[in-house]
Amino acid sequence: MTEKVYAYFPGCSLATTARENSQALIHLCRQLGVRLVELDDWNCCGSSSAHSIDATVADKLAMRNLDITPANTALLVACPSCNLRLRYAREKLRTSKEARRKYKSWFGRSPARSIKITTFIELLGKTDLSSIAPKKNNRLKGLKFAPYYGCMLARPPLMHREKNYHGLMERFLAKFGASPIKWSHGNRCCGTFLSVVRPDVVSSMVNSIMNDAAQWGAECLVTACAMCHLNLEIRCNPDTSMPIFHFAELLAVVIDETNSNGFFRKHLIDPRPLLKSRQLIP
Amino acid sequence: MSSISLKQIGLFKEHMANNGVHFSRCYHCRCCGNGCPFLPAFDFAPNTIIRLLQFNLINEALESTTIWACVGCNTCSMECPMLIDIAGLMDGLRQLALATGVPPAEPDILSFHQAVMDSISKYGRTNKLDIMIRYKLKTRTWLQDWQVGLKMLAKRKLDIFASKVRDPALINTLLNTDKK
Repeated sequence: MTEKVYAYFPGCSLATTARENSQALIHLCRQLGVRLVELDDWNCCGSSSAHSIDATVADKLAMRNLDITPANTALLVACPSCNLRLRYAREKLRTSKEARRKYKSWFGRSPARSIKITTFIELLGKTDLSSIAPKKNNRLKGLKFAPYYGCMLARPPLMHREKNYHGLMERFLAKFGASPIKWSHGNRCCGTFLSVVRPDVVSSMVNSIMNDAAQWGAECLVTACAMCHLNLEIRCNPDTSMPIFHFAELLAVVIDETNSNGFFRKHLIDPRPLLKSRQLIP
Repeated sequence: MSSISLKQIGLFKEHMANNGVHFSRCYHCRCCGNGCPFLPAFDFAPNTIIRLLQFNLINEALESTTIWACVGCNTCSMECPMLIDIAGLMDGLRQLALATGVPPAEPDILSFHQAVMDSISKYGRTNKLDIMIRYKLKTRTWLQDWQVGLKMLAKRKLDIFASKVRDPALINTLLNTDKK
């Protein structure tokens, strides 16, 4: 199998707070024959605060990343908010002459004609996981999980024709024997930055997410976003909390149990008792 | 209180339309508000904000908590049967409030955004520890969340040495070009 190379855009969260997510992702991609080369000198994508208070700054930040992406290399974006911002910028460049003019004035050249942006979820959508883990198909057997997408699959109207990836986490984890619960909070926003300023509002949101998952019998929550992961962990009621996994972490456990223990030490809600009881980690 | 002229309102509507936000399409089905998880933090539901704009009552919209407490999760925009980019509208209103000097109904949220922007101009990336220190300096809320902070430090989730771009000065120059 020829190795595919992607320019990897970790984003600020995965580069720091959620380093374990990034490690799991890189690890898993290696198993899939995909090499991630970190985009050299990447900067903040312009999500949350930049686009909240200054649209031009948000455009500049996102477009600089597009500008430094090597030609003919697809950008693999790890964080859902970064993905949204970068795609939004790309869409703007595609549809607006004014945006292209500004781009030229900022970076001294016209934007590349086609910029490929992909996410981990899309990459997996094209991959046949059973080919790399044929013998371990039932390792997650019986694990009841709540698939939590938060706002990551939401597409603003400008992007409403893009593909919808709902159900992907369920499909992949079910391949390894885990059973997704059906619940109503799978697309509920986690509260993002409001967690800092209005913990009262976000705590009640997070608890309603956790309680709904518990009510339908979930043992853990699976998310694909580092921001969601952090908010769920810090704002939930400790008495009703349950472990939260990054999607890539669970897949990494299935495919190669020996290397994955390191991720779980960094969780604020310790998932190791659950994983041990399922004999997923030694 | 600053007041916005009809001409400015017209310009704003045009600016929004150029960015694909067409709120005159709204017929107030309220799907946006029903889907919104932040409704308890709002004084006006999203469609009420749109109604205010339809009546040119833009000051009321700019003074609302709604435009500050909206985080842009796009749930409303996904619910909207008329494809109105409601999260984009909130961004636009927030920026108009800043440009016209309307005091924010949630000043701490603005302080947080400013802390993030300061961190970006210093490192080219965001650094959570740096942002939190800046935010706490601005709001003097030192006691809030200190336990969470310590736990995150212990788990090495807050980096003392910030991850940054090679030359933050270049990012700074970029951010300051053609600034009005």
